[in-house]
Amino acid sequence: MARIIAGAATSHVPAIGAAIDNRKTDQPYWQRVFSGFEKTRELIAELRPDVIIGIYNDHATAFSVEVVPTFALGCAPEFPPADEGWGPRPVPVVKGHPELAAHIAQSVILDEFDLTVVNKMEVDHGLTVPLNLLFGSPEQWPCPVIPLAVNVVLYPPPTGHRCFMLGRALRKAIQSWPEELRVLVLGTGGMSHQISGPRAGLINSEFDKAFLDNLTRDPKKLTRIPHLEYIREAGAEAIELVMWLIMRGTLDEEVDEVYRFYTVPASNTAVGHIILENRRAK
Amino acid sequence: MPRQEQEYDDIPGTFVFDAERSRQGYGINMFCMSLMKDENRKAFRANEAEYLKRFPLTPEQTQAILDRNYNRMLELGGNIYYTAKLGATDGHSFQHLAAVMTGMSQEQYAAMMLAGGRPVEGNRSKSGKEKRRKSGAKRG
Repeated sequence: MARIIAGAATSHVPAIGAAIDNRKTDQPYWQRVFSGFEKTRELIAELRPDVIIGIYNDHATAFSVEVVPTFALGCAPEFPPADEGWGPRPVPVVKGHPELAAHIAQSVILDEFDLTVVNKMEVDHGLTVPLNLLFGSPEQWPCPVIPLAVNVVLYPPPTGHRCFMLGRALRKAIQSWPEELRVLVLGTGGMSHQISGPRAGLINSEFDKAFLDNLTRDPKKLTRIPHLEYIREAGAEAIELVMWLIMRGTLDEEVDEVYRFYTVPASNTAVGHIILENRRAK
Repeated sequence: MPRQEQEYDDIPGTFVFDAERSRQGYGINMFCMSLMKDENRKAFRANEAEYLKRFPLTPEQTQAILDRNYNRMLELGGNIYYTAKLGATDGHSFQHLAAVMTGMSQEQYAAMMLAGGRPVEGNRSKSGKEKRRKSGAKRG
């Protein structure tokens, strides 16, 4: 059967993608950010995922205010990088896993999570920047990725608790897939940031560090954070952190933190990153 | 009907893009979305006011767009991921827009970010209600 080998989460700052695309990663400003992901690439290579569930949000790219699905699962064979105004990012096309995606949709919807099934979708920096951070800049992404787009742009996004429970349902779906598959679940977005209005630039490292700590230790506590608190304490766009709770929901109660990285800033945002594994029997 | 007061309206300098603002700002956001196409960017640049007539905008919304008043656009239902497309059409980076919205120069804004960003202390609440609630909770 398929099994979840690890969960990872990372910010998906567009400026990180621009730094990669414009070959600025060696500049001291960016070196501070990218050096934190060198270990990540080693760890992910060791984990050898066969497929990734990539939880991210679309930024007025594939979806506009015309249609706003709360949870949209990418069931297509491939997802081209979108033109976000500066031409598509020069990154590989994201190849999906339509068979597993269809299985997940069926399982999760019957588990009372009414996903939107998407059979045609372009993906933006929200998904492709984290893939760069995990894999660098290869010719092809080393494994298929099933995108799960979550609305965190139109208020209210799904609650942290709802996201965590969706993670539980995803876990059940993945574990009921008969084929041997090593699945990595990737949460993206956050951490503290506000990019809009006169309060733009807000960063709350204390909030971020507590969030990282509790992701391992006490995720249930994080599921009780109301939206108001994310916005007030960590900035309007910090609410993206609910997507990390979907990832956490797919893991066991007891997990070990394998790696963590945190730095401020990348452009307008605090950058946080964590890799978690289910605790091995002693 | 005036906008119904929400709890998050007490957070200073923040326009939460909620369902009510999304309804109100549909025209602003669809205008911004249209700028993803080069032909539309050209038409907009050729005659801004004329181009804006294609969208359902109130006179206040039209004026905010023509004035590039980004905070006012947010207040009237624009969303930052959409209004950033207008900024990009004008050739501005995201950080430039952020600086404009905070009333800083881009250099000042970038320096603030490098120094750790805007602190949350003093930026939680307009009314001071939050501070009182917190100290009250400690006493209890």
